[in-house]
Order: sequence, then structure tokens, then C-alpha cells
Amino acid sequence: MGMTMTQKILAAHAGLESVVAGQLIEADLDLVLGNDITSPVAIKEMDKMGLKEVFNKDKIALVPDHFVPNKDIKSAEHCKCVREFALKNKITNYFEVGKMGIEHALLPEQGLTVAGDVIIGADSHTCTYGALGAFSTGVGSTDMAAGMATGKAWFKVPSAIKFNIVGKLNKWVSGKDVILHIIGMIGVDGALYKSMEFVGEGIKNLSMDDRFTIANMAIEAGAKNGIFPVDELTLAYLKEHTKREFKVFEADADAEYDATYTIDLSQLKPTVAFPHLPENTHTIDEIKEQIKIDQVVIGSCTNGRIDDLRCAAEVLKGKKVADGMRLIVLPATQAIYLQAMEEGLLRTFIEAGGVVSTPTCGPCLGGYMGVLAEGERCVSTTNRNFVGRMGHITSEIYLASPAVAAASAIKGYIAAPEV
Amino acid sequence: MNAKGRVFKYGDNVDTDVIIPARYLNSSDPKELATHCMEDIDKEFVGKVKPGDIIVASKNFGCGSSREHAPIAIKANGVSCVIAETFARIFYRNAINIGLPIMECPEAAQAINAGDEVEINFDTGEIKDNTTGQTFKGQPFPEFMQKIINSEGLLNYIKNRD
Repeated sequence: MGMTMTQKILAAHAGLESVVAGQLIEADLDLVLGNDITSPVAIKEMDKMGLKEVFNKDKIALVPDHFVPNKDIKSAEHCKCVREFALKNKITNYFEVGKMGIEHALLPEQGLTVAGDVIIGADSHTCTYGALGAFSTGVGSTDMAAGMATGKAWFKVPSAIKFNIVGKLNKWVSGKDVILHIIGMIGVDGALYKSMEFVGEGIKNLSMDDRFTIANMAIEAGAKNGIFPVDELTLAYLKEHTKREFKVFEADADAEYDATYTIDLSQLKPTVAFPHLPENTHTIDEIKEQIKIDQVVIGSCTNGRIDDLRCAAEVLKGKKVADGMRLIVLPATQAIYLQAMEEGLLRTFIEAGGVVSTPTCGPCLGGYMGVLAEGERCVSTTNRNFVGRMGHITSEIYLASPAVAAASAIKGYIAAPEV
Repeated sequence: MNAKGRVFKYGDNVDTDVIIPARYLNSSDPKELATHCMEDIDKEFVGKVKPGDIIVASKNFGCGSSREHAPIAIKANGVSCVIAETFARIFYRNAINIGLPIMECPEAAQAINAGDEVEINFDTGEIKDNTTGQTFKGQPFPEFMQKIINSEGLLNYIKNRD
């Protein structure tokens, strides 16, 4: 029986000729990731167990990004714990505040994640690197600790759902709309324990940033990982960003899938996920009433990349946000920040009446830099609209693309840019 | 190994943001995390839960963020087992890795009521609702995961194995 792309990568890293869905394996890890929230728990666990050394100082990435720059004393203590661990263990890829970025935008940009890798990260959106043809998945702090100590992790080999992508996106429709459409279709547990494998002739029409956004939200359908095949665009990205060797895997022609869906990109419309689940999707034309908004957030590991900022700036250029609107823009990394500055995008955001923040996950998880008060509504390009996610438990989050977020900031209610 | 306690019952898609809101993640102290467990969906949970009590929920329990603080907060409240129709995969891993017993059993998850007294035999997978007299067959863990749980977590397992 043939293997899926994910199964082939896992087999190669477990030293096996082949694997089947449901099989328990132990795989070698190419990278172990942690942030300022999850790493301290892992570090304490390692200490408690007397595990004194890391398996490979070059294959661990520590990215303080959630509550960084430090939001309060307790967060500062967490960051200090991570910093001291990084120094003590001579971790190559520790990113101090001036070099940091939101982990899932930063690591591909720094060339630390490549096609064919097996990567675990103590952050659920670690599945982002599937955009590059890697197997990457989110884990908890104990898995991170075990990974840092041994360079290995246990996995139950997943079965897969195939998404056959055809056609081309229309203007103002992007990767975010693709993944929200899919989650709306299969539900927040529609891919539970499974891989989401994206294939088809339409892939070539999706930019790398679109692919990162799509793979990033595989977890919001419950998936173990989301993965794209490697094509010319991927190769160009890898050439630009990394010197690491990589390996291209392809699914076997006779690989089995639990289900196959065809997604025609040309049929998709701007899509918004209503509170309080990412599966509560409505296309923009289905939203008849004016849903008044207090705040718009553009950024995050889902939509804080340069394509996202360019798109938002295109909508906001020469316009002003609505009276009383709070627009917060967060470039996802320092490099993206700099590029956005050089391209004049930051000027556009500020002149439109928005603020531009240093890279941080802050508002996405209700940490800081845009926490919502009782009953407030936010259109956000982030990935979760759970109860209380961005602040007060009665606040509401509407997940959308940068284009819809920017248009909503101008109108003051949920809207898409006019075509 | 057995568990016995009163049931707290919840619905579908209980996410880790409501199990332990991110505003408390500037701490990693289990005792402190425990005091905020479930507060965004059930303000009474922390005040009422007693050691040994059991959480029963529907589909996709523990979805969302990978924060291990979620199963840690549940375990630190003395919860002896979480039964659900299905678990989100990262929560499932984390629970096993920290030694919080969990069990998938759709029949039990649907039939058991809030406040029932429930008894679980982890070796056989039998779940007994002492209040209604009903019994259910849950999935015992595969041997590999049982070893991790018996070692009281993944790191102990690795250390003992090596």
C-alpha cells in the first residue's frame, strides 16, 4: 500500500521502509521549538529529571514572542528562565527581542525549517512549516523537554485527508479565506488526529505566504499537520532563505486517503468566522446586517507576513479608519517590519489612524497589546475566536483575512474591499 | 489502577483557552494555575471540585492551544480522569505525558450526567456510573502509553528506559 507524503517523511525519520496509519513510531527530530510560555515548563521538567544536556544545540529554537517585550514581572521571569537556559546550553537559535519575531514567521524566514524535516514545537501552530513540505506539529512542554534531551519524539502515524486545489483566487481573496472555507466545511474536529494534504494544479497559484497561512490553521480543524508538495515556488523560497540541505518527498500515487475534497479557488469569497469557533464561517455576501466593530488586529503567525501587510496597506492607502476604531498592526518579524517600513506600508497604517506594534503574539491570546473589554467586538486576522481568547469572556472575535480586516477598519463594521 | 469521583460535565470543543485562560500563563506554577481552571466556562468548578472527581465532556476536548498548563491545571485540582467522546490530539498527548488519565468513550460521555458518581478501572477500561447503575467499555491505553502513564509521565519513562 502506498504512503501519504506525511507517512513517507515519518518513515524516513524512524528508519523504516514503510509505515501505516495507526502505527506507533519513534522519529528523529530536525528541530525542537519552544516559546516564552511553553519553554519554562519544559526547562523545569528537564531540571527536575536531572536531564542536564540538550541533544544538539543547533537543532533547538527558542523564541520568546508571546509576552515579549516583557509585559509584566512574571513574564519577565519566564523570559529570563529561557534566556539563561539558552546561554547555559549555548543554544544557537535563541532570538533576543531585537532579533525576534513571531516564531512561525521567524523560523522559515531564518531558514531553520526546510522540506522533508520532522519538527515539533511547543506551540500548536507549529504545523505552519508544512507549507515548505515538512512534517511539523504542535506538542506540549513535556514533549518539548523530551525532544530537547533525546532528539526524538513518539508519534502515532496519521491517516490523511486530501484537498485537491484547483483554479485561481479572485482579487481580495487569499489563503486565509481558503483555510476558513475548509474549516467551515469539515469543522473544528474534521481532521482530528489526521494529516491535511494539499495537492493539485491550483497550488501553483498560491503564494508561499498563502501556504503558510493555510498550513498554520490546520490545527483549527484538529489536524496533526497540514502539508504542501514542494514546487518551484517552494524551491525559490528555500534558495532565498536557507543553506540547509533538504529532501523532497512526494505522496505515492496509490496512497490511501480517508476522504478527498476538491477546492476550486475561483469559487471562494472573502470568509469570516463568527464567534466562538473557527468553523462558524460566513462568506461576506451572506452577512446582511452591519456588525459594528471596536477593534481590528492585523498580524499574528497566521497573517503577519509581508503579503498580508501589503494587502492591508493597499486597502488602507489614502483612507482613514472609522471614528472610534482601534487598528493595531503587528508585523510578524523584525525583517518584515523593516521591509514594510521601506515599502512605505507603515506610513500608510499610521496615516490611516492605526498603530504599528513590535512583533508579538500579545493580542491574539488576550495577553497584552489589544485586550478586549466587556462586550467589545474585534475583526482579527489571527486564528482563534474562542470565548475570552482576546480578553473579556463577553467580547467577540471575528476571524478574517487582512483585506477584510482593513476594509472593516475603514467602515467600522465587517466589510470586504470593493472589487 | 482505579478512579472514583463525582462528575463535572461539559459540552463540545472545550478549548484550552477556557481550561486555563492565557491571562494566567505568566505563571507555570501548578497550584496557581489550578485556581483559575475552567473559570471562563464554569466559575464554580474550582470551588466545588474535590480530589478524585471526574470531568466528562463531548467532542474534541482540549482543542486549541498546546499549553500543557491545561492538563496541569486539571490534574492539580485532583481530577482523577477526563472522559470524552474525543480529545484534541495535543491535549491527548499532553495528558499522557504528564500522567493525567484520560479515556475516550462516546457512550459514557453521552450517558453520564453531571453530579453522578463514576468509577473507572483503567486496566480493563470499564467505566461504571454508580448513580444510574450503567456500565460502559472505554478504550484501555495501548501498552506503550500505559507504560508512560505507569511511569508517571514521559520524562520518567525515558529516564528509566535509558
